[in-house]
Amino acid sequence: MPGSILGTRVLRIEDPELLTGHGTFVGNLRVPGMAYATFVRSPLAHALVNSVDISRASRAPGVLGAWTAADLQLEPYHGFMVLNPACGRPPLATGKVRFVGEPVAVIVAETAAAAADAAESVEVDYTPLPAVVDPEEALVAGAPLQFEELGSNIAAGFRDREDVDPFARASRVVRLRIANQRVAVVPLEGNAIAVVPGDDGAGHLLTVYVSTQMPHGFRDNLCRLLNLDRDAVRVITPHVGGGFGAKAGVMAEHLVVTTVANRLGRPVMWVETRSENMVAMPHGRGQIDYVELGFDEQAKITGMRVRVVSDAGAYAGFGGALAIGPTRLMAQGVYRIPTIRYDVAAVLTNTTPMGAFRGAGRPEAAEFLERTMDLAADELGIDPVELRRRNLIAPDEFPFTTLMGARYDSGDYERALDKALQIADYDALRREQERRRRNGDRVALGIGVAVYVEVTAGGGAKEFGRVDVHEDGSATIRVGTSAHGQGHATSFAMIVADRLGIPLNAIRFIQSDTAEVPRGGGTGGSRSLQVGGNAVRQAAEEVLARAKELAAEELEASTADITVTEDGRVGVAGVPSRAISWARLAQLAASSGNPLAASVDFSQEGPTFPFGAHLSVVEVDLDTGAVRPLRHVAVDDCGRVLNPMVVTGQQHGGIAQGMSQALWEHMVYDESGNPLTSNLADYPMPSAAELCSLEASNTETPSPLNPLGAKGIGESGTIGSTPAVHNAVIDALSHLGIRHLDMPCTPLKIFEAVRAAEAGSLPSVWREPPAALSQLPLRGERPRPEAADADI
Amino acid sequence: MIPAPFDYVRVGSLDEAISALVEHGEDAKLLAGGHSLLPLMKLRLATPSVLIDIGPVRELSYVVDAGDHVAIGALTRHHDLHHDPVAVSQVPLLSMVAGKIGDPQVRHRGTIGGSLTHADPASDLPAAVLALGGTLVARGPAGERQIPADAFFSGFLESALAPDEVLTEIRVPKAVGGHAYQKFVRRAQDWAIVGSVVARVGDRVGVALVNMGPTPLRALAVEQALAEGASAAEAAERAAEGLEPPSDNNATAEFRRHLARVLTRRALAEAGV
Ligand SMILES: Cc1cc2nc3c(=O)[nH]c(=O)nc-3n(C[C@H](O)[C@H](O)[C@H](O)COP(=O)(O)OP(=O)(O)OC[C@H]3O[C@@H](n4cnc5c(N)ncnc54)[C@H](O)[C@@H]3O)c2cc1C
Repeated sequence: MPGSILGTRVLRIEDPELLTGHGTFVGNLRVPGMAYATFVRSPLAHALVNSVDISRASRAPGVLGAWTAADLQLEPYHGFMVLNPACGRPPLATGKVRFVGEPVAVIVAETAAAAADAAESVEVDYTPLPAVVDPEEALVAGAPLQFEELGSNIAAGFRDREDVDPFARASRVVRLRIANQRVAVVPLEGNAIAVVPGDDGAGHLLTVYVSTQMPHGFRDNLCRLLNLDRDAVRVITPHVGGGFGAKAGVMAEHLVVTTVANRLGRPVMWVETRSENMVAMPHGRGQIDYVELGFDEQAKITGMRVRVVSDAGAYAGFGGALAIGPTRLMAQGVYRIPTIRYDVAAVLTNTTPMGAFRGAGRPEAAEFLERTMDLAADELGIDPVELRRRNLIAPDEFPFTTLMGARYDSGDYERALDKALQIADYDALRREQERRRRNGDRVALGIGVAVYVEVTAGGGAKEFGRVDVHEDGSATIRVGTSAHGQGHATSFAMIVADRLGIPLNAIRFIQSDTAEVPRGGGTGGSRSLQVGGNAVRQAAEEVLARAKELAAEELEASTADITVTEDGRVGVAGVPSRAISWARLAQLAASSGNPLAASVDFSQEGPTFPFGAHLSVVEVDLDTGAVRPLRHVAVDDCGRVLNPMVVTGQQHGGIAQGMSQALWEHMVYDESGNPLTSNLADYPMPSAAELCSLEASNTETPSPLNPLGAKGIGESGTIGSTPAVHNAVIDALSHLGIRHLDMPCTPLKIFEAVRAAEAGSLPSVWREPPAALSQLPLRGERPRPEAADADI
Repeated sequence: MIPAPFDYVRVGSLDEAISALVEHGEDAKLLAGGHSLLPLMKLRLATPSVLIDIGPVRELSYVVDAGDHVAIGALTRHHDLHHDPVAVSQVPLLSMVAGKIGDPQVRHRGTIGGSLTHADPASDLPAAVLALGGTLVARGPAGERQIPADAFFSGFLESALAPDEVLTEIRVPKAVGGHAYQKFVRRAQDWAIVGSVVARVGDRVGVALVNMGPTPLRALAVEQALAEGASAAEAAERAAEGLEPPSDNNATAEFRRHLARVLTRRALAEAGV
C-alpha cells in the first residue's frame, strides 16, 4: 500500500483551467444560431397589471419574439421546495406584480443588445397597490395582503405548547430582539441558462446548459413543470461561478427561456446582468429573532424561549421556511438547555423571494444564540468564555440528542474553544482592551467569541458514485454531486488514488451532466464529501476487491495476500516481482465480459454536525464608528480532514462572507419596496482590502457515520464568524453601556449608539414580539411545510 | 447593462475634438476614461447620441513643472498622476489623492479632466484642486479661457464648461508643505462618505470637503477661522458650518456633519496646521 495522500495539501487540479481563462461558464457557450432573451421587469413592489403591450417590441429590429404571461400560459409554480402551496408564482407576472424585479414580459432577439433596446418599448399599465416590506408590519391587522385569499401574510408557522416554563428555575432572564438582516447572495456569475432545442443524435430533444448546484434536480423539476419527457432532456452544468445556496431549483426565468426556445426552435441564452441578479436571485437570511434565555444562580441555562419572524419575501420563497427547519433544529446550539419553546411565522413581503444563502438557517441560530450568550455574560458580569464553559455539552455526552430532535454525532466543543483562545492569546487581548479603556483610548478593542454547531448532509443523505478502471490503466470517477468551486475533482481523485494507487493525473472526473451521470443530489448543505466522496470511496473499494480477485487468480495467490503495491500495481504483499498493473487488470476484467468498474448508491444514516469556535478581534474608532477587523481565529471541526488546503479555502471564503454580514452587507428597501442597494456600488461587498488575515485551523473529531469520518466544511466558516465578529464589535462598545446593535455594524449605527450612550438615551434591546405570533396554530396541528426540510 | 445605441467618433487631436463637438451639438459627449460616463450609459441614465472619444489625444496627457505652478493635462490618468515624479515632488497632495481613487482598474482608466468635469461632489480630485486653489483651462471654438476652480463647480454634476468646450489643463500652485487627505470609506474602493482635504500653499491653508453638499466645496468657515488665528481644533469644529450634506444609506446629514469635523481635525493635525 503506498503512503496515503489523504490529509495532505494536494494542489487543486481544477485551478489551472480557471486561472488561465478556460472556464466553460454558460455565458461563454457559442452555439450557431444562438438568440438572446431579456426580461421586462416590474419597477413596482406591488401593483395590479392592467395590460402589457409588446406590439412595438415585437416589431423592433432584430427581435424574434416577445411574450407576456397571457401568451405563454405557464402555470404558477414552486421552483424548489414548497413553503405554502397556495403561493405559487406565475413565471411571468399575471394579474399582479409582487416585488420589484418580477418579470412581466420576455423579448428574444438576434443579439442581447437588440433585446435590451426592444425591452424599452414594452408598455405596462400598472395600478400601484400599497406594499409591505417589513415582515413585522406584514403581520399587523390591515396590512396589504399579497395573496388576499390567504387572509393574512403568514405563509406558515406554529407555536409550541405552553406546558413547560423555561424560566421556572431562572434567577435571571436575558432578553434580546435581534434582526438578522436580509443579504443578497452575489455569486460572481449570476443565473445563466442556454437552451438548445433539437435532436442531439443521442436521444435528447433538448439540451440545457445551466448554472446550477443541482443538475439532476434541475432536470427533474424543469420536466415536471413544463411537462417534458425526462429522458429526452439533457442538462449540462459547465463551470459555475459560485452558488452559495442561491442556485437551487428552477427560476421563473429558466421556465420562460426554455419555453420560448422550444417555441422558436432556436437556441436561446439568458445571462443575468448584475442589476437583475440583485433583485431576481433569491436573497438570504432575513429573520427577526426574539430570544429569552434563563439562568440559575450558577449561570447555568435553565431554559430558552425563541420567537421568530421569518421573511419569506414574495410568493413565499422557500427561504422563509428555514426558520421552521434548520434554525429551529440548531436553536439549542452547543449548550445543555433543559427546556426550549420555539414559535415561528414565515411571512410574505413585497420583496425578492427568499432562498438559501451559505448556512441556510443555521447561521441565524448560531447568531441569535451566541449574541444572546454575550449579552448574558455582560448582564451577569461573567466573562463570555467562562459563561460558555459552564454550559457546553461535554465530550462524553455524544451522541447527544437535543430537545429539537437533532442527534449530534460527535463533538468536543471545549477543545475547539481552548484551541482558539490559545492561538489568539485571549488573556493578553483582554489586558490590552483593559489598558485602552483605562487610558480613555478613542480606538476601542473588541474581542468576540462564538462557539457553534451546525448540521450537514441532512434530508435523506444519499449519493451516486462510480469508478471505472480502463485498459490503459487510467480511471474515471462519476459522481452525482456538482462541484462549483469546492474542489471535488481534487478531493475525490485523492480518494481513488489513495485506494487504488492510480496517480492523480490518470484519474478523470465527471459530474454535472445528466447524460453522463445517471442520478445525483448535487451540491448544497455541505453534503458532498460525506455522501459523494464516500460513494466514490465505496466504488473504489469494490473495484479493488474485484481487482484483488483477478490478481489472485492470475498470480495463483490467495486474495488475502493481495494488496496495492508501492508502485501502484496490485500484487502479493512484500513480493514486488509478483504484481500486475491496473491496465492489465482492466484488460483481464474486460475479457471476462465484466469491465473493471463499480457503481454505488451511498447513504448515510443521518446528518453530521460540524462545530467549532471562532475568536474575532476588531478595533472600533469611537469618533467615526469605523470598524477594523484585526484578527480572526477560526477553529473549525469538520471531522477527518481529507485535503487541508481545500478545507482552509472553504474556511476563508466562509469567514469572509460571515464577517461581511456582520460588518457590511444589507439588502435595503425603502418603504415602498424599492431596493436601494441593487448594484455593487451601493451594496457593499467587501474585498480583500477590508479583511484581516484569517487564522484558520482545525480540530479533528471524526464522524462515526461514514467511513471517511468526514463532516461538511462549506458553511462552517460563515456560521462561526458572523456572531464572533458581531460580538467583537459590541464588546468594543460594552464599556459605554451599549448592549446590542443589529447587523451590519456600520459606522452610522455605531456613531448613533455612541451618541445615545453619551446622552444616556440608549434604546432597550428588547420589546415584545408581534401579537400575531401568539395566534399561530400549535406545532403539529398543521402539516409541516415541505421546505422546512430544505437541505441546502 | 447595455447602453442605448449611440454613434462613436474617435479624434486624434484637440482641434478635431472641438470641431466634432461643434458638428454634433448638444447630444454629443466627450469620452475620456469612461469611468463616470459609461456606468451612467449602461444604466441608461445617460443616452448621448454621439460619443467623441478623446482617449487618443495623447498631447493632453502630461504633468509639467511650469515654474510657479504645475500644469496637468486633462487626459492624465489617475495612475500616472499618482506616480508622476513632478507631481510627487511639487504637489504631493494631488499625487496622493489620485492614489486613493477607486481601485487600480479605475485609476488606470479615469482621467483628472473627466473627474473635474463630471463634478461629482463625492469625487476626490475636485476637492484637492479646490483646496490647492487651482485654475482650469478650457478650449472651445472661441478660443481658450481660464476658470478658477472656485468658479468651476456650478451645480450637482454640473461644471462651468460650455457644451462645445474641452477642458485641457489643470494648473495648481506648487505646494510642498504639509498636506493631508482624510477619506472616510466603508471599503477601500468606494467613493468617500465624507472627505476632508488640507493643503498648505505658502501661508494659506486651503481646506475642501468631499460629499458635503451638491458640489465639491471649500470649507470656508474653517479657512477663515484659521486665517483669523483660531487653533486647528477650534477651526475644525466649524467644518460643517452652513453646509447641507446629503442623507443616504451610509450616513445621515447629521453624521456627515460630525464626520466633516472629525476628519478636518485629523487632516489639519496630519498637515501640521
Ligand atoms: C468602480 C469605480 C470607482 C470609482 N471610485 C472613485 C473614487 O473613489 N473617487 C473618485 O473621485 N472617483 C471615483 N470613480 C470615478 C473615476 O475617478 C472617474 O474616472 C472620473 O470620475 C471620471 O473620469 P473619466 O476620465 O473616466 O471621465 P469620463 O467618464 O470619460 O467622462 C466624465 C464626464 O466628463 C466629460 N469629460 C471628460 N473629459 C473631458 C474633458 N477633457 N473636457 C470636457 N469634458 C470632459 C465627459 O463628457 C463626461 O460627461 C470611480 C469610478 C468607478 C467606475
